[in-house]
Amino acid sequence: MRPPFRFIQFVKQLHFIGYKSTFVVVLTAGFTGMVLALQGYYTLRKFGSEGLLGSAVALSMIRELGPVLAALMVTARAGSAMTAEIGIMRITEQIDALDTMAINPFQYLIAPKVVGGLIGVPLLVALFDVVGIYGGYLVGVDLLGVNAGSYWTSIESAVEWKDIYGGILKSISFGLIISWVCCYKGFYTRMSAEGLGSATTEAVVLSSVVILVWDYFLTSILL
Amino acid sequence: MLKLVGVKKTLGTQPVLRGVDLTIPSGKLTTIIGRSGEGKSVLLKHMIGLLQPDEGQVWVGDVDISRLRGQPLNEVRKRFAMLFQGAALFDSMSVFENVAFPLKEKLRMKGPEVAARVDEMLEQVGLAGMGHKFPAELSGGMRKRAGLARALVMRPEIVLFDEPTTGLDPLMAKAIHELITTMQRTFGFTAVMVSHEIPEIFFLSDYVAILKQGRIAVMAPPAEFIRTTDPEIQEFISVGGPVVLSGAAASS
Repeated sequence: MRPPFRFIQFVKQLHFIGYKSTFVVVLTAGFTGMVLALQGYYTLRKFGSEGLLGSAVALSMIRELGPVLAALMVTARAGSAMTAEIGIMRITEQIDALDTMAINPFQYLIAPKVVGGLIGVPLLVALFDVVGIYGGYLVGVDLLGVNAGSYWTSIESAVEWKDIYGGILKSISFGLIISWVCCYKGFYTRMSAEGLGSATTEAVVLSSVVILVWDYFLTSILL
Repeated sequence: MLKLVGVKKTLGTQPVLRGVDLTIPSGKLTTIIGRSGEGKSVLLKHMIGLLQPDEGQVWVGDVDISRLRGQPLNEVRKRFAMLFQGAALFDSMSVFENVAFPLKEKLRMKGPEVAARVDEMLEQVGLAGMGHKFPAELSGGMRKRAGLARALVMRPEIVLFDEPTTGLDPLMAKAIHELITTMQRTFGFTAVMVSHEIPEIFFLSDYVAILKQGRIAVMAPPAEFIRTTDPEIQEFISVGGPVVLSGAAASS
């Protein structure tokens, strides 16, 4: 990363990757938290441990589901769009035009997207975690009658800083994977409509697979 | 100023350029013609370093750019501009922003200075008052004009035109050709144009070169070019109608 730093480009990308993914992330997070609470409640009830529902939901969200599901949602919504945008610029010679103007396309096009991913994805993951925990509260406390105090207390006692650090580390690395893979696939797309379609599909599939594989290895290191 | 020596290029398994030797005269308009798929655009892209030759050299002044990359290549590219076949306007920007883009990015110009230069350029290409439009709202001819404005706004020494009239009706093609020649004479840049517009280009160009089987078969002023005895080239240049030369070229 070298100067000139393109602050406006970076803000645009943060808006595109972060802000515009908010709706889908909130929706996914809410229902994920709700279904976790539903499943968790009936499992914990067998052992008479409904009071631990909050910690089950929160740990699942913060350690695994938040980073992974938010990253998959961003891949589907923003990653595919990144590949398509850069691919169209490649096919219509807009990237060549940047080259002929002596403007480095990596610096102008790719770097702001990578930085946007690095910052945008962790913010979305944080949002995902919070909304997911509240989704669990809605079902667990309001619908199934778990005590509100025990829901929050179990979260407070179970969640440690290392869980949060682990989630942050995962979300940063997922942000890098999404922006890197999707930009690469768009930049080196074949010069046809079919090639662009394949590049977009490959970007989404490859990003998703790499996220899941990397998640396993990172988790095994963090635990 | 611009010289290609023994340039060879294979794309995939297909040899495209098989040893191109070409010297582009400074301050003149040179047009490269040839059959479709002969590698004219590939040749043009070698001149600005968008493609690198497998063998041979590409000299821009006293710099061989055939192996240059990164910042040293960008330094050489500052002398160039290119008008692409589809104009290659940035579709997320208005016409004004497209033309202003190189001024802001490369010269770090700002505010009224940029506006004055862009407005002047848009007026010269016949797009005064169109700066607010986006590329998707423009006709093919207007896009080419906007692309030309963006190419010329930096006052380049060398301008490359890749089939600038493809997809335009004959009247619009004529208007774009006239605009290119007018601009070339006004600014005095070295122009290299790839075109299929035969016989019109014989009227416009100072020099015509034909790419045949991966090599430059003939390069000469139009009056000399049309006297070539190669039957294939004769057939190629006369199939679109009689060749018309400008007054000066015809008398020479």
